[in-house]
Amino acid sequence: MKLWKRLMCTARRKSPWLFHMNSGSCNGCDIEIIAALSPRYDAEQLGVLLQGSPRHADILMVTGPVTNKAINAVKTVYDQVCGPKAVVAIGSCPATTNVFIDSRTLAGPLDKHVPVDVFVPGCPPRPDAIIAGVVKAAVLLAERGSDPPKPAIVIAETAAEVQP
Amino acid sequence: MMLTALARMLIFPGLLFAVPAAWFFLWVERKAVARMQERVGPPFMQPFWDFTKLLGKSTPPRPGIAGFIMRAWPLIAVGSAAGAVGLLPVLPLSGGFEGDLILLLALLELPSICIIAAGFSSRSIFGEIGSAREAALSVSYNIVFLLAIVSIAASQHTFRLEALASMHPSFLTVLGIIAILICLPAKLHINPFSLPNAEQEIYAGPMTEYAGPELAMWELAHGLEWVAATGLVATLVAPHFVLAWGTTLLAGCLFVVLSVAVVLLLSVLAAATARLAIDSSVRFYWQCTLIFAVLAISSALFVRFWL
Repeated sequence: MKLWKRLMCTARRKSPWLFHMNSGSCNGCDIEIIAALSPRYDAEQLGVLLQGSPRHADILMVTGPVTNKAINAVKTVYDQVCGPKAVVAIGSCPATTNVFIDSRTLAGPLDKHVPVDVFVPGCPPRPDAIIAGVVKAAVLLAERGSDPPKPAIVIAETAAEVQP
Repeated sequence: MMLTALARMLIFPGLLFAVPAAWFFLWVERKAVARMQERVGPPFMQPFWDFTKLLGKSTPPRPGIAGFIMRAWPLIAVGSAAGAVGLLPVLPLSGGFEGDLILLLALLELPSICIIAAGFSSRSIFGEIGSAREAALSVSYNIVFLLAIVSIAASQHTFRLEALASMHPSFLTVLGIIAILICLPAKLHINPFSLPNAEQEIYAGPMTEYAGPELAMWELAHGLEWVAATGLVATLVAPHFVLAWGTTLLAGCLFVVLSVAVVLLLSVLAAATARLAIDSSVRFYWQCTLIFAVLAISSALFVRFWL
């Protein structure tokens, strides 16, 4: 039983599958996510795969300041991701709503609605910071399994080096 | 005899060999595509970690008989794909249970029927689109695939797998093997015929609603399909070498090497091409490839009855 737990811990750390959700983002962070998956940064060497269906994913990546139109979709998709799961907020918008703060069209920031595990600030963040955030979320996921989320971690904006 | 048959089904080339081989082939495919795109690619154990992680995930509640049926499809797919691998005539004169080609073809076909049924029983709109595409594609490539197999069998006057594995190569069998190779990308859902599970475009196609251990079973079934399909080509290509050298160990090694070569060939094709639309894919099989398949079978029948 202990062996199985350790095996599962390693597997969760080594195989983070992502689902990317745009909640009203300007597309800047989305482009950086694509860059993180593209040949230059190659997140697949860490086992990262972008999945088409939220049912397949372990980590939900949310970009954008969570508009009133998008909030229900964000909650639905969060519920569709099967546990154990983690949420990574990409960019400054889901963290603080950024320049759109106090807008009447926003329901954000994101952590008012779903528990966030890792914040990757930046406008937009660099691809290596995004990869560092995803890896951090995978480690968190491996440690806590299906337990409730702990307080969020913030990836420093200068996180230039990614450790596998 | 009974023991040999069991050993073939459970050890080599059956389950004990087939499951690690399935993970290995999935890794070879991903790694080859990554190298073609100048990436590093996933680590060696990646398909195993993916499988283990999926086993530990939860699934959404699926009440009632519909949920039961939905959970059953991936298991049937894994069972039939594993059975197809176990039937492959890899080792010469091994004895035991001799399945014939018709059984092997049925077992090879069952996973794709399971995928079609799974997409419809998940009642997701994306699953249904994926299943409809899979059905249209399967009608197109299966005609060519079956004609190619039948022409090989007709040229050898037999449906027995052992006899087919030890046949002497002829022009007709080469033609048939090329036709089978053309069908494999569609059978394995890789580019340019990846449109049933078209990632991102229709979410995940028939698999959209599957999660956790069910998805792990689909991944395993897909890997086993790789082993069975490439193994079929390997056994059809290999025979005369195996007969010349004879030993069991060599036959096994040759089988693995030839299968990996076919996997590499298909991965390079997948990395070099983009996804075709459904009408182009169907047209490709009905207009361009069917002619060669009909030629192959008519010449096989001609050789059979008049020469």
